[in-house]
Amino acid sequence: MKPTDIKDPEYFHKVVDCQYACPAHTPVPEYIRLIAEGKYSEAYMVNWESNVFPGILGRTCDRPCEPACRRGRIEEEPVAICRLKRVAADNKDDVKAYMPKIPSKGNGKKVALIGGGPSALTVARDLAPLGYEIHLYDDQNAGGGMMRSQIPSFRLPTDVLNEEVNYILDMGVHTHFNTYVSSLQEILDKGYDAVFIGTGAPRGRNIDLPGRKEAAANVHIGIEWLASVAFEHTSKIGKKVIVLGGGNTAMDCCRTSRRLGGEEVKVLVRSPFAEMKASPWEKEDALHEDIPILDNHVPKSFIVKQGKLVGMTFDKVHAVYDNKGKRSLVSTNEPEVFVEADDVLVAIGQQNSFPWIEQSTDVKFDEWGMPVVDKLTHQSSNANVFFGGDAAFGPKNVITAVAQGHQAAISIDLHCQEKDLTQRPAPFTNLVSQKMGIHEWSYDNDVVNDLRFAVPHADKKVYLSDRKVEVELGFDVQTAVKEAQRCLNCDVQTVFEANRCIECDACVDICPTSCITFTVNSEEEELRPRLKVPAINITQDLYVSTSLPTARVMVKDEDVCLHCGLCAERCPTSAWDMQQFLYNVTKAG
Amino acid sequence: MTYIRPQFRHPALPKNDLGYTSKEYEGALSTLCAGCGHDSISGSIIQACYELSIAPHRIAKLSGIGCSSKTPTYFLGNSHGFNSVHGRMPSVATGANMANRDLVYLGVSGDGDTASIGMGQFVHAIRRNLNMLYIVMNNGCYGLTKGQDSATADEGSKSKAGSVNPFQPIDLAGLALELGATFVAQSFSGDKEQLVPLIKEGLSHNGFAFINVISPCVTFNNNPGSTKSYDYVREHLEASPAPDFVPTKKEIKTRYASGTGTDIRMHDGTSIRLEKMAHDRNPYSRLEAMNALQNSRNKNEILTGLLFVQPVSDDLHQTIQSSDKPLNSLGKDVLCPGSSTLATINADLR
Ligand SMILES: Cc1cc2nc3c(=O)[nH]c(=O)nc-3n(C[C@H](O)[C@H](O)[C@H](O)COP(=O)(O)OP(=O)(O)OC[C@H]3O[C@@H](n4cnc5c(N)ncnc54)[C@H](O)[C@@H]3O)c2cc1C
Ligand SMILES: Cc1ncc(C[n+]2csc(CCOP(=O)(O)OP(=O)(O)O)c2C)c(N)n1
Ligand code: SF4
Ligand code: SF4
Ligand code: SF4
Ligand SMILES: [Mg+2]
Repeated sequence: MKPTDIKDPEYFHKVVDCQYACPAHTPVPEYIRLIAEGKYSEAYMVNWESNVFPGILGRTCDRPCEPACRRGRIEEEPVAICRLKRVAADNKDDVKAYMPKIPSKGNGKKVALIGGGPSALTVARDLAPLGYEIHLYDDQNAGGGMMRSQIPSFRLPTDVLNEEVNYILDMGVHTHFNTYVSSLQEILDKGYDAVFIGTGAPRGRNIDLPGRKEAAANVHIGIEWLASVAFEHTSKIGKKVIVLGGGNTAMDCCRTSRRLGGEEVKVLVRSPFAEMKASPWEKEDALHEDIPILDNHVPKSFIVKQGKLVGMTFDKVHAVYDNKGKRSLVSTNEPEVFVEADDVLVAIGQQNSFPWIEQSTDVKFDEWGMPVVDKLTHQSSNANVFFGGDAAFGPKNVITAVAQGHQAAISIDLHCQEKDLTQRPAPFTNLVSQKMGIHEWSYDNDVVNDLRFAVPHADKKVYLSDRKVEVELGFDVQTAVKEAQRCLNCDVQTVFEANRCIECDACVDICPTSCITFTVNSEEEELRPRLKVPAINITQDLYVSTSLPTARVMVKDEDVCLHCGLCAERCPTSAWDMQQFLYNVTKAG
Repeated sequence: MTYIRPQFRHPALPKNDLGYTSKEYEGALSTLCAGCGHDSISGSIIQACYELSIAPHRIAKLSGIGCSSKTPTYFLGNSHGFNSVHGRMPSVATGANMANRDLVYLGVSGDGDTASIGMGQFVHAIRRNLNMLYIVMNNGCYGLTKGQDSATADEGSKSKAGSVNPFQPIDLAGLALELGATFVAQSFSGDKEQLVPLIKEGLSHNGFAFINVISPCVTFNNNPGSTKSYDYVREHLEASPAPDFVPTKKEIKTRYASGTGTDIRMHDGTSIRLEKMAHDRNPYSRLEAMNALQNSRNKNEILTGLLFVQPVSDDLHQTIQSSDKPLNSLGKDVLCPGSSTLATINADLR
């Protein structure tokens, strides 16, 4: 293998598994350490810079960082990264003073944002401090998009949402709420320097089964129903409720139903339980609220008696996989199952829809009705029009919308300066030794054995009787510090300097997780199985040195390195050093 | 801030026949200087015992005084241990071995502990063919007392302070051969590929097995001009056939064309394979081993590998026909047969 080029910022970035997996590349270990030090405002701002909505995301994020977390590979559970973020938000002081200053004089450029969801708000957050005049159009009566209309208050209290939305609107954003944009052409005609479309995926998929028409009064599209609950148009549901679907929307629908009078709420899903789209923790929470999830049930028909819905029938299936792993659901040929219901919520998916974008705008769509958008620049076929969030590439989540908002803002800024959009700014990086003295590092290198701490919940009786009572209470500060200590500080990198090494093997012997091997070099496939413990996790890189005096190389498998620093403590010549690597995605401006 | 070894190990650590990972063979975290050759040897001992699948409680590790003699704390934390007086490890090992022949005895000593104060003890353990593996971690100096030249320091070797050693060195491997040791090997702490199989062989050997391991002292004897520094040793190594230990249960597969490898059968049915045995070397010949050792010394080379082995010999127990059971397993009536038996013995001696 070629010696590893540690000058390439992506090499060490990849070692910080959580940050690498985060779409916005939030410097996770950095803020976790700040929380452990009780510096909540600083921790909050590290988050805010990257992901704009720490309080919201600390409660609702899809947390792609957690399955990636290295801790999950050395013991059962990853660090509770997401809920630690909430701790920073809950315990911070007033952070207004840390917010970027808005120039009193603008830069003369005007940008329209259509949609007030996280992607558009992120664009506003990045461009307003640069002097752009921002006009935000949204058909709702307040900002936040689906974070307001869809994510229920028992998961995301409105005051938390308002606070973080307002940090951005307070940057002098011109808001046009309760304004549905029915023509993109009209907006373009207003002469904006750029238009950002962040209108999300606002249409819920319907289901067409016998009895659907007759039952219409008691069959609701999940996301429409959730929005109507959020905006207080709906406050009741029948005692017996069926929720169709297995994603997070289904979970929010069933849990909301339990708070609006649903006593026997059941989720019925086509796929096996393990393959449901909902996150494991969302399923857990639903089960905890006495909502049975009946998997392998394919809906057949709505049963209506005397003009009123009484229930639905289902066909029981089981999953069969062909040799390519492709799944098909095959009927078990058991008699149809009848499930009683007063109301049915259909939560089987979301779709994009752009009836308001005219052909005259030059914004092109592909065969699936999705806009043609450049993956890197977010520019559409009309050079002035940019897309981000769910509107760009289909429904995802808040953190993805934020990450795309940052990128779109960079593009819009470059576009307004007539610069090349493909010349993206390089990330900001910094690598600093953590050595303080013998056996002394400026980070806490002790690896604790604690298992993941559980977030305490409010009283079930209380939260089930009021949809606005938040279920999770968040970590108290003592538990947060303990949970923070579980983090392995993966950003404190093991940096090897080959010309100092005397090949004494001390690092090999001391490394608790057998990461280091000195051996003859070869191609990667041949090298991986030959290491002290075979490096079978190919998603994790091997760090290979230049050739050493004995003609061997040092090979470190990054996979389960604890970042404990023992290699560096044991090395007589300081060939190993522990160096903190900071990686920040550069923003517009 | 800390100097604590984390409890976590690689989740895919392999297990041996007893179901143990190498973690069960580890000891406390070493307090020796970072980069000490002794720590590497500890690592090799852990690896060898793990690979041999010896239950840790079946091993007794014994040592004298010195940095080297401290190492038993840093390996085999689940085994029996005895840290004796300076140079007295052989007599403690002899006593322990006589009392309980069922344990595997591993003696660890230094060049000071063995070649100076303990010399009288060392030679008698060899002479008696005590069933043990005796490892000397040889750094040519008294590490623990700040690096004075030891009796194995080469003539002309320069100390850290710049003084040149005027005395002849004692060649411990040569001495062991001379005194009739039934297994003699030499190795280098920085060569685990050679050292681990040698330790496995030494532990499996019936009778006195001796391994002299050159083990640089990074703090007091790793300077230019020292003949026990990492650089010097690496430049002057003359590795004899790399051994490969083949346990009883596993079929011996020849990895080399016939005639290029030599298998040595040990008393317990295991065997050692010497790869590419040089034509002029016969591992069963004490005389040839002595010659080879002397020849490389003349060339300023350090001959490493298995120098000599006599697979079958009578160890001390067999020679003196002592109890074939550990004393702690014998009943009081056997251990102390009473005054009438004493009277019979006394009568015989009249
Ligand atoms: C039930 C449910 C629960 C969810 N839970 C989570 C969660 O816990 N965590 C998570 O990360 N993600 C969650 N999501 C997904 C998340 O809400 C979205 O991915 C995210 O909000 C998308 O952001 P966006 O910026 O693309 O726009 P959106 O948030 O979709 O906002 C778009 C806004 O544009 C407005 N709009 C649309 N068309 C027009 C128009 N023509 N004129 C004016 N305004 C218009 C919409 O009304 C809306 O306010 C959930 C989604 C649903 C449906
Ligand atoms: C009876 C006695 N005499 C002298 C000493 C002082 N002493 C301690 S260690 C040592 C030499 C150790 O040298 P060596 O065995 O080579 O061990 P190393 O530290 O080099 O590994 C001496 C002389 C002692 N502890 N006890
Ligand atoms: S242990 Fe900490 S730094 Fe490492 S991946 Fe997990 S959260 Fe990130
Ligand atoms: S920091 Fe060094 S000693 Fe610790 S696990 Fe990583 S490679 Fe091993
Ligand atoms: S401890 Fe240092 S000098 Fe020794 S092998 Fe490791 S990197 Fe090289
Ligand atoms: Mg010594």
